[in-house]
Amino acid sequence: MTDLSLNDAQMDERASRNRLMKRVALRLGLYVLLILFALYYLMPLFVMVVTSLKSLDEIRTGSLLSLPREIDFSSWGKAWSSACTGIQCEGLRPYFWNSVMLSIPAVAISTLLGAINGYVLAQWRFKGSNILFALMLFGCFIPFQVVLLPMAITLGALKIAGTIPGLMLVHIVYGIGFTTLFFRNFYVTIPVELVKAAKVDGAGFFRIFFSIFLPVSPPIIVVTVIWQFTQIWNDFLFGVSFSQAGTQPITVALNNIVNATTGVKEYNVDMAAAIIAALPTLLVYVVAGKYFIRGLTAGSVKG
Amino acid sequence: MSNALKKEMTSPSAEQHILSVENLDKSFGSVKILKDINVAIEPGDFLVLVGPSGCGKSTLLNCIAGLEKATGGDIRIGGRSMNGVSPKDRDIAMVFQSYALYPTMTVGKNITFGMKVRGVPEAEQQRKLNEVATLLQIEHLLDRKPSQLSGGQRQRVAMGRALVRDPQLFLFDEPLSNLDAKLRVEMRTEIKRLHQTLGASIVYVTHDQIEAMTLATKIVVMKDGIIQQVGTPNEIYNQPANMFVADFMGSPSMNLIPAQVEKVGGTAKISITRPDMDDIVLDFDREIKGLTDTRKSVILGLRPENITDSANQHITKGQVADCRVDVVEPAGSDTFVVTNLGGKQVTARLNADAQITAGETANFAFDLSKASVFEPESGARIA
Amino acid sequence: MTDWLEKHVPKLVLAPSLIAIFVFVYGFIGWTAYVSFTKSRLLPKYDLVGPIQYEKLANSPRWEVALTNLAIFGILFILFAMVIGLILAILLDQKIRTEGPLRTIYLYPMALSFIVTGTAWKWILNPGLGIESVFRDMGFENFTFDWLVNPDLAIYTVVIAGVWQSSGFVMALFLAGLRSVDGEIIRAAMVDGISTPRIYMSIIIPSMAPIFLSSFIVLSHLAIKSFDLVIALTGGGPGYATDLPATFMYAMAFSRGDIGQAASSATVMMMIVTAIIVPYLYSELRPRHD
Repeated sequence: MTDLSLNDAQMDERASRNRLMKRVALRLGLYVLLILFALYYLMPLFVMVVTSLKSLDEIRTGSLLSLPREIDFSSWGKAWSSACTGIQCEGLRPYFWNSVMLSIPAVAISTLLGAINGYVLAQWRFKGSNILFALMLFGCFIPFQVVLLPMAITLGALKIAGTIPGLMLVHIVYGIGFTTLFFRNFYVTIPVELVKAAKVDGAGFFRIFFSIFLPVSPPIIVVTVIWQFTQIWNDFLFGVSFSQAGTQPITVALNNIVNATTGVKEYNVDMAAAIIAALPTLLVYVVAGKYFIRGLTAGSVKG
Repeated sequence: MSNALKKEMTSPSAEQHILSVENLDKSFGSVKILKDINVAIEPGDFLVLVGPSGCGKSTLLNCIAGLEKATGGDIRIGGRSMNGVSPKDRDIAMVFQSYALYPTMTVGKNITFGMKVRGVPEAEQQRKLNEVATLLQIEHLLDRKPSQLSGGQRQRVAMGRALVRDPQLFLFDEPLSNLDAKLRVEMRTEIKRLHQTLGASIVYVTHDQIEAMTLATKIVVMKDGIIQQVGTPNEIYNQPANMFVADFMGSPSMNLIPAQVEKVGGTAKISITRPDMDDIVLDFDREIKGLTDTRKSVILGLRPENITDSANQHITKGQVADCRVDVVEPAGSDTFVVTNLGGKQVTARLNADAQITAGETANFAFDLSKASVFEPESGARIA
Repeated sequence: MTDWLEKHVPKLVLAPSLIAIFVFVYGFIGWTAYVSFTKSRLLPKYDLVGPIQYEKLANSPRWEVALTNLAIFGILFILFAMVIGLILAILLDQKIRTEGPLRTIYLYPMALSFIVTGTAWKWILNPGLGIESVFRDMGFENFTFDWLVNPDLAIYTVVIAGVWQSSGFVMALFLAGLRSVDGEIIRAAMVDGISTPRIYMSIIIPSMAPIFLSSFIVLSHLAIKSFDLVIALTGGGPGYATDLPATFMYAMAFSRGDIGQAASSATVMMMIVTAIIVPYLYSELRPRHD
């Protein structure tokens, strides 16, 4: 009834206030939703961290989501240096170093090969080079189960079965496809005229690569290194298939600690071990997330 | 025997040529990109290869540079056959459309890279660098990276890289097409000035017919891998060899008007239809190839500047006719008028101050002294 | 000689990688396919005997479970990861001030190993001290959440963990796609007075068909290869209730010592992947006219 007595200006004002309220409510809902999702993604990490800081007693009596009553770092120490991965009880430490020693050369070699392959496939195409690229790319997508058996036999024949160099070879071979893809897609964005200009200037294949292409490559090198490092560090299938007691990478050791059947189940040690295993790649993600995402998306969408 | 004789006869003239392209063929698989190309230039010539995109002009340039391998024929630079000679040994320098500056090197390093690769002593490199930098007025840019330069500056650096080489032959691949309109005109003048001061021999590829007209001493018009015409800018403009060249060169392009021609008492009479009026009949006093007494369809090629208002005193032997004015487009220095002749839109170029209104009829003067006549089917020039 | 060398340097440089790929990818696939037609058990045999391994596979209840699980896991995993990823991308696309940190949070699981993810979720979902006890403490005395140890439901825990790990990645793909939609079209639609949801439904999302395809390919590929997650979360159990083809193959190859079954199951996996990837690669790499 009172509405009838409102003049136009007042009605306008009311309408715009309503619109404003609606907008604020909408924004609020939006942020609540986003934060709920964020909590969903953070929850497991939170649970891992708090569990790793609790004593076993508190884990049994307290709640999964509660903060530790008192912070206890002992499970971290145990996970690092004395948890049992089976019959051995040296913690994750030796396996952490196995993974480091495995991934550094494997990342370096596969990145280098990818760079030079990508350079050829982008800038020195020849008849059939596109088909060769497609064949290399297909190698990225095969289910690795299909190569496990012949690889085991081949590593045996090469006398590197169960060794870190053997595992390294596996990672390099099956990493080339992706590293080549990354560099190739990066180098095709560089105008072919650059190579032509350099050819007229008298530079050859390697000179052009080292003085012109490599210096522009740091962004894609970072992407590739991060991608390869994450892949190799997080790998489990090759690790569990092609390593033996002393040469296992960290993911295999983590799984062994968690599934060790002897003794009391120490959830806090399991969680500490899981965090230690995740730490290097998480760190890379936090420091260079931009490049990490670029690698992920480059791996699935053509550049 | 006859082959040897032919060689004997061609080689002396080939030696005067800085560049000669002989019977060049190039195909990718079954697609022929270049068909039997023959071109030669003398020292100091500025040859422009012009044509629409995909006509093979850039491929031809790349073949000359040795960046692509021809399928057949020969290329000689300075009289020497370039068969199997790699780009670096051809004594050429090249400027690219994207400038192709090495992105991580400074301007100075970009310019000296070629000399460094060839092992030119450091002092000599510096001397040449300074010389070229002064010539192009880029001394203050030598320590910058290409990404810090404007388009025009990059263009200068790209030319500097070619100039230090001091080659027998310069190759330019659409060097101005990445610049904005104003800069393009400036750089065009710059290139012309460099050509004049250095007396360099240049092969220059462009799709822009104005660039071709302004720069060239000799133009090659190409289409679909075939040379349509070779000539001086004047020849190309005034005596186009066929309808393609007539249409492609000149802006606004030449009017190609369907017409009938017949011989009446020794002189050729050309008649053109116009809407709602009788045909215009114009006298044509030059010889038309293959013209008999029977009426014959032709295409009359008339540039806009050869159709003007009858009040224009430049037209001396103009023949006049009334035409309806469809559209008037003032362009500042001139006024373009569109009318309908022979069933086609025809553009006339009038004085800027011409008093003319769309929808009315005006009196136009036709200057046929510079007109061309083409055979409708083949498109070939017959007068 | 030097001319020849100069001309062929690019091919020579590519050769080692190509040889490696031909041997270690195509050669090995060939070997596995060949062996799948033999009687190999503990050691590989090389006499072809026809498709007996495939017949055996077809009659194996465990393989049937693995295939069924792959179907359940694959469909739910792809569906949920795509839906959540798309929702997150659209929500984040609303000019959110804290987009950077939120994106970082949504995507970090992708940096983890599936073994770590599996370990964490195994702890969270364990019926004694995990989520179940959280709800019981909150007063829901009879709340039970024992999927992890329930043979009929355990495969769904794999879906939960898998979606948690991969949906952020789908979000990143979709967000990139949303950002690459031509802004002018959106402005034109806004000028026409079309509502925001409508713009998403009728203009933006349809234009992202290639991204749906890419995400589908990547996710299905992840699903087929899923191995570590199952091993860490359920170990394939209870019994073999959560076996997938990947764990089946591994069990045959390394614990059962049945090379024939391992090779034939791997070959089946290979065929599934090929059916998905080859058309995709073909459409991505098809030469386009310049």
